[in-house]
Amino acid sequence: MQEIISDKSWTKLGVYPIVNEHDIVKVRSIVRQCAKEFNMGIVEQTRITTAVSELFRNMYNYAGGGDVVIENGMVDGHNALIITCIDKGPGIENVELAMSDGYTSGIGMGYGLPGAKRLVDNFEIYSKPKNGTTVRVMKWK
Amino acid sequence: MNLDINDKKIPIIKIRDFLIVSIQVDMHDKLAVQLQSQILHEIERTGAKGVLIDISVLEMVDSFIGRMLSGMASMAAIMDAAVVIVGMQPAVAITLVELGLEMPRVDTALNMEKGMEMLEKKLKEKEG
Repeated sequence: MQEIISDKSWTKLGVYPIVNEHDIVKVRSIVRQCAKEFNMGIVEQTRITTAVSELFRNMYNYAGGGDVVIENGMVDGHNALIITCIDKGPGIENVELAMSDGYTSGIGMGYGLPGAKRLVDNFEIYSKPKNGTTVRVMKWK
Repeated sequence: MNLDINDKKIPIIKIRDFLIVSIQVDMHDKLAVQLQSQILHEIERTGAKGVLIDISVLEMVDSFIGRMLSGMASMAAIMDAAVVIVGMQPAVAITLVELGLEMPRVDTALNMEKGMEMLEKKLKEKEG
């Protein structure tokens, strides 16, 4: 597990806090708007919007909120839309377990992390117990 | 009272034996939960035998809304009412399957008309 840092060449499109439920709706529609401006097709737009919705809800439910950074940049030769979710919550004890299908920590059906991973082109997670969790997803243009 | 546009209730219309719900907004979680109990109350109040939920405007259904919909179908079944979800966008259907969300016991139809036919058929079979 590697710490997640931004590449200096990337362009920051915005930073949005997730504090309440309305923010989940608001920021995921901002992500959809970015995907649209990226000329992604409707299915790709829906995939990335759904993936980030799962991540935003995790931040809200398990970490009491966090920040969302939206960036655009080149990654492995792809023009990528990059969304990073940063929280200062309790962190995830066992990331490998949380990434396995069917795992639940008690509320609902779990973190929805494996599902979100299937919807994007690149998925990274970094978590330290008591220090919070960072999840970064990317979608190629 | 300061009513946020996001806090507005979703209207439920009764036509004959059926309740018709058209979700026209991107729902936040509380609104989804509220809608669930609102529909169950309406089933009780009106004795409706079926519920049509139109989600054709919804641009995404994530695990929370998906679970809410399938949960509602199970609850309504216990209250002797059938639920049919109509108008799911193709992109939403693709994403739901990839997300890994199964919605057993949830009946779906392409549009309102087909959904209504489905409910009527179910009702007839029951009365048989």
